[in-house]
Amino acid sequence: MRIAFLSDIHANREAFEACLAATRDVDRIVILGDIVGYGADPGWCTDKAREIEASGGVVIRGNHDQAAVAGGADMNPTARIAIEWTRAMLSAEQKAYLATLPLSVTDEDRLYVHAEGSDPARWMYVTDVEDAGAHFSGTSARISFCGHIHLPSLYCLPQIGKVTKFVPNSDTPIPLLSQRRWLAVMGAVGQPRDGNPAAAYAVLDTVRREIRYRRAPYDVEKAQEKIRAAGLPESLASRLARGH
Amino acid sequence: MAGKLQPGMELDGFTLKELAHTGGMARLWIVTHPDHEGELLMKVPMIGEGDDPAAIVSFEMEQMILPRLSGPHVPKHVANGDFAVHPYIVMERLPGKSLYPRLKELPLPWKEVTEIGVKIATALDALHRQHVVHLDLKPSNILFRESGEAVLVDFGLARHNLLPDLMEEEFRLPYGTAPYMAPEQIMRIRSDYRSDLFALGCLLYFFATGERPFGDPQRLKGLKKRLWRDPMPPRALKRDIPPALQEVILRALEVNPNRRFPTAAQMAAALKDLSQVPITPRATKMKRDPCLEVVRRRFNQEEFQPPKAKDEERQWSNAPIVAVALDLSDSSEDLKESLRVTTQRILEKSPEARVACINILKINRLALDSTLDEEGQNKHVQRLVELKSWAEALKAPEGAVTFHVLEAVSPADAILDYARQNYVDHIVMGARAASTMRSLLGSVSGEVAAHAPCTVTVVRNRAAPAGE
Repeated sequence: MRIAFLSDIHANREAFEACLAATRDVDRIVILGDIVGYGADPGWCTDKAREIEASGGVVIRGNHDQAAVAGGADMNPTARIAIEWTRAMLSAEQKAYLATLPLSVTDEDRLYVHAEGSDPARWMYVTDVEDAGAHFSGTSARISFCGHIHLPSLYCLPQIGKVTKFVPNSDTPIPLLSQRRWLAVMGAVGQPRDGNPAAAYAVLDTVRREIRYRRAPYDVEKAQEKIRAAGLPESLASRLARGH
Repeated sequence: MAGKLQPGMELDGFTLKELAHTGGMARLWIVTHPDHEGELLMKVPMIGEGDDPAAIVSFEMEQMILPRLSGPHVPKHVANGDFAVHPYIVMERLPGKSLYPRLKELPLPWKEVTEIGVKIATALDALHRQHVVHLDLKPSNILFRESGEAVLVDFGLARHNLLPDLMEEEFRLPYGTAPYMAPEQIMRIRSDYRSDLFALGCLLYFFATGERPFGDPQRLKGLKKRLWRDPMPPRALKRDIPPALQEVILRALEVNPNRRFPTAAQMAAALKDLSQVPITPRATKMKRDPCLEVVRRRFNQEEFQPPKAKDEERQWSNAPIVAVALDLSDSSEDLKESLRVTTQRILEKSPEARVACINILKINRLALDSTLDEEGQNKHVQRLVELKSWAEALKAPEGAVTFHVLEAVSPADAILDYARQNYVDHIVMGARAASTMRSLLGSVSGEVAAHAPCTVTVVRNRAAPAGE
């Protein structure tokens, strides 16, 4: 089975559509949270996520999805402006859907979660091997998938030895050796921060036990125009061009 | 896990015939399989209580890397056994022996050493282009096909630069084979392709002189000595080694990877034609560096920075081998100038490029020995002079440009052969002016572009619009 992982869509319809077009041939889509926030198309993206779930996909809750329902008191000023705007844009039904999303899902030997998995509701970032170590000791799945930090990486815990970190530098399939545990952190679909403006996603092949980190170029200018037209902070538009 | 392996046992359809070899970390079994003709080799790691955990990791690395490699310079991968059940790797069984038994015959004649060097450097070039650094190049890991190509085996310490490196953070000590380990590898940098060139330099030195350049140190302290102590120049040990071969060996043994050959392809090209190797003081030195110099180096050691991931993968675009095919008689001055500008741009963008200027001296099928007569000889020399004069204005760094006059019946075939034999990454050539000749004979550049194993740039000056 081939599973596509899309995380941190952030209401960027153009980026979301580009990833969906690029993953048409997969068997399942897993959305790892933060469907909304920052971008100009929260309603469309929420409906699309719901549609994907209805046709066999999995959708996980992110901190922005939660804030779009409950408010984002603890967010930074820019994110808070965006989340207040998002709350106003979403229908009651869309908010109700976001409120139902689970914090994590276990699927065979895989765990799907938005942030570090040992305590998903704390929304901890996985930035280094120590964070990944906390994840591995607090969870038991063989392979975990998360997002939240907008930077792709792959952590590995061998049977003996320390956690290692690898930053994918190509779309070469990476074997996830079965005798080790893995934590695959997705880059962002809708707001990449690794210097590459193309939307980031990954595809797991469960038979070959390989993961491919991939990029989908999309119409950045269009997404930017919409953010500006909505009157959202300029930085949310300009950063898309740099992938920063 | 299944029990002890015995001859006659069957494992996932493979029948074990006999134990071929027991190494430090793994055993090699000769096996057969109904779907595969002939004998195969099964590598089984020795994993048990008290075994080196590196044995496991190194086996995992080999299971990861070997299936991703292709071509004649690696053993063909057949199957991986699951770690949870019975770990193994099945691969092609190569005929013949490794270079290891030849240690008894050292030193070998320098010509043979050079030929072996070309083959190994060619194999390294093929490996590096698949993003893999071997990191354990030594005689026992080099075999040869019946057709002559070197085959590199044992990828247990190798690194694939596009995949996670399982060895990197797990162990505090550097892993490798002491006599051949590059200085940066001793400093635990595992991503530099040029580490393999250092190992090849050690091997060539050993094979040509009978002595290992840095001995066989058993401790880390002894290993680190090569960071500041230079080896005895090979010619001081064996006088008949030509200065150009010493140049190649000592360049490969430079402590700083930036002073070695930038690519295995460039090292292969140098070994293939020693007459074109630019000679530096390295070639003629007969003594080791003076004490003061060594002391200075010891206390002012250069810091080794691992090359950035992007730089590693840009190595071939930074250091390409470029062949400029010049048709001196038939080209206009304008076209020659445009070719020069194009070449200059490549040199500016790729500071470590090597440029081979080639000219085809057309011969008749019937006149077999035209070079031997005086007229032929003069023609040859005259062409070389013209090539050099064309290249003068490139203002290329010394040694970056070489000159070759090739005799051939078909210019396109000659250019293509040259490119295939000499690791050429980029061919630059001029288009023949529109003429009856071209319509009768077809375009040389068209044929080259269609069949070249690399990038081809055809330079043509834009014609003035008709009617002006």
